[in-house]
Amino acid sequence: MNSAVKSKDRAGIDFGRALKDGVIIGIIAFALLGPLVGLKTDQNMANELILQNRLGLAAILSVIVGVGRFLLSAFVYPWIAARGNRSKAAVTLAELEARARVTRGLSITGLIFLFVYPILIISLFGVQGSIKWVDNYGVQILIYVMLGWGLNIVIGLAGLLDLGYVAFYAVGAYSYALLAINFHLSFWVLLPVAGILAAFWGIILGFPVLRLRGDYLAIVTLAFGEIIRLVLINWKAFSGGSAGISSIPKVTMFGIYSFDISAPNNFAKAFHLAASSAYYKVFLYYLILLLALLTAFITLRLRRLPIGRAWEALREDEVACRSLGINTTNTKLTAFAIGAMFGGFAGSFFAARQGFVSPESFVFMESAVIVAIVVLGGMGSMIGVALAAVAMIGGTELLRELDFLKLVFGKDFNPDQYRMLLFGLAMVIIMVWKPRGFVSARQPTAFLFKRKSVSGDLVKEGHG
Amino acid sequence: MTTSHRNWDSDPVLTVEHLTMRFGGLVAVNDLSFSVGRGDITALIGPNGAGKTTVFNCITGFYKPTTGMMSMRPRDGSLHLLERLPDFIVARKAKVARTFQNIRLFSGMTLLENLLVAQHNPLMIASGMTILGVLGIGGYKTKEREAIDRARYWLDKIGLLSRADDPAGDLPYGAQRRLEIARAMCTGPDLLCLDEPAAGLNPRESAELNALLLSIRKDDGTSILLIEHDMSVVMGISDHVVVLEYGTKIADGTPTETRNDPRVIAAYLGVDDEEVEEIEHELDGTAGNEGGRA
Repeated sequence: MNSAVKSKDRAGIDFGRALKDGVIIGIIAFALLGPLVGLKTDQNMANELILQNRLGLAAILSVIVGVGRFLLSAFVYPWIAARGNRSKAAVTLAELEARARVTRGLSITGLIFLFVYPILIISLFGVQGSIKWVDNYGVQILIYVMLGWGLNIVIGLAGLLDLGYVAFYAVGAYSYALLAINFHLSFWVLLPVAGILAAFWGIILGFPVLRLRGDYLAIVTLAFGEIIRLVLINWKAFSGGSAGISSIPKVTMFGIYSFDISAPNNFAKAFHLAASSAYYKVFLYYLILLLALLTAFITLRLRRLPIGRAWEALREDEVACRSLGINTTNTKLTAFAIGAMFGGFAGSFFAARQGFVSPESFVFMESAVIVAIVVLGGMGSMIGVALAAVAMIGGTELLRELDFLKLVFGKDFNPDQYRMLLFGLAMVIIMVWKPRGFVSARQPTAFLFKRKSVSGDLVKEGHG
Repeated sequence: MTTSHRNWDSDPVLTVEHLTMRFGGLVAVNDLSFSVGRGDITALIGPNGAGKTTVFNCITGFYKPTTGMMSMRPRDGSLHLLERLPDFIVARKAKVARTFQNIRLFSGMTLLENLLVAQHNPLMIASGMTILGVLGIGGYKTKEREAIDRARYWLDKIGLLSRADDPAGDLPYGAQRRLEIARAMCTGPDLLCLDEPAAGLNPRESAELNALLLSIRKDDGTSILLIEHDMSVVMGISDHVVVLEYGTKIADGTPTETRNDPRVIAAYLGVDDEEVEEIEHELDGTAGNEGGRA
């Protein structure tokens, strides 16, 4: 007699109600679809208006709607309700552990996959066909993975919301471009130089914003990013203005092989291969992969050092940090500087890869994308940030491939134009589904007995 | 009896002289002078809004006092004028550690990590200001193990060793209070300032806290300055009580002395001002009298 109540308690499946829902919705659908779809006016050969009877089609559509409603009521809604109940209750330790194991497994397989990816692509699509997959997807995504990891230090660990990160990316790119063109220095010399210059600018930005917290910090960093871009546009004698700088030297393979077609030590010639830009792309892929892994390695190391713990403590509670004798000024500045340094590395790589830099590449949208990657990935989590970069950058690139939609929407339909719309929609859905990002659990940096993940609900977001 | 026990006059670890703190027109602390004896447990008490936490914030460098001088003498024999130091230097060099009225733990970090953050400065030096640590050279590993041992010692002492790897935010309230004290002690202080450590504790936890504070004094020789409303803590363990009302000191002495001080009784039980003046007239000539309030 109280089975209905019971089934509600369990949020279980109430087939009776679902069936009733389905039938009612089906009838309503037929009432609507009957006149709209079931009857169609048409012209016959004699230009007479005739009525076509398509009630069968309307009935089929109504049945589909009814069945859909039945499935929603029977399975989807109870599932959503159950999920809601569960997420409200604290996540159990076992679940956290299982998630941590999945994350670890994912990072190892991911790493192996990343190293064999170009080989896989070349064997699948051939040397020339691999360019798109290695360059547009591989290199492009890895640049953002690296930027995400760099910004993760500032936002995810130290909890300082930096909306002008692209400024350091620009500093790195222009450092390489200008120094390589004017002083003919090699990429391998300029990579650390670009990093140091970006870190220096990180400290320059750090000083004025030290006293600011939260929204105010975000606004000033945003302004800083714009200042750098406007200086690059307007200081024409220095940066070439909005025309940018072109013919930036390529990266050489440590000076042994070059990727310039005209160079005597050209890589393809040396190995008697057909001339193709694909080799350079593969080389760039491994270069950015190693740079990104360097970022990850140093970040993981820093987390286990006192400075990394101080960053996280700063995110949790700045006042408590000061009461423990931690110089929060220096701690914030190092976070800005080290984050900026990785941005600078990525920037100099970007300049070498493109062969051309202009202020167009360093607009606020770029900063926003990087911040979105960090937030979407789960602040502080390396694997989460990497996944978010794949989803965001790979996803938007994939949206270029939607030419088949032209068959549905007609020839005039341009899927490119809907990229940002779909992108925004996806972000909203993901943030509703996982408000603290893909990987919200925090891994402790030291343990006495057993490493246990910390639930994301307890970890603070900082922004101070 | 009283003169022989006045450790705070003969060997003070902290001397506060003529401390005044004004916020705009409001005088939160008015010409306050007192000393904290080395190895003593000193209680700073007073009704709500008496300015106790303001005094703490001045001592620990979170506020810059309007006037006054605070001299801190750690065990190493150095002298630090606290009013001149920024807050983190007060903790680092002058060896003053503190807890907060509203607990400020790093809730997303584990108990062990909380205690390791407290040992930031020695570990930072051991890691060669991070540079050697990243490269993996130098004796950082050994120093970190020592720091973990120290954390283990404190976790054991506060009875939370089994929860070392749990996040601090998961602890019950009383345990969070104890952890905050242990975290402050991990900085190796000479003066531990506790802002209402017994607030919200049940009688059993309160008794445990008393035992913990006494053992900190005995084992580590750390002097303790505490703000407290719980009279069982104040009267039970303190050697010296300073009473504030409206930012002014109204009594200063041993627990027995202050308990019987008519001005203290008046302040706590809310006697009319005229009555206080009557009592003052009766007691005219007793030491430490400071006239009417501003």
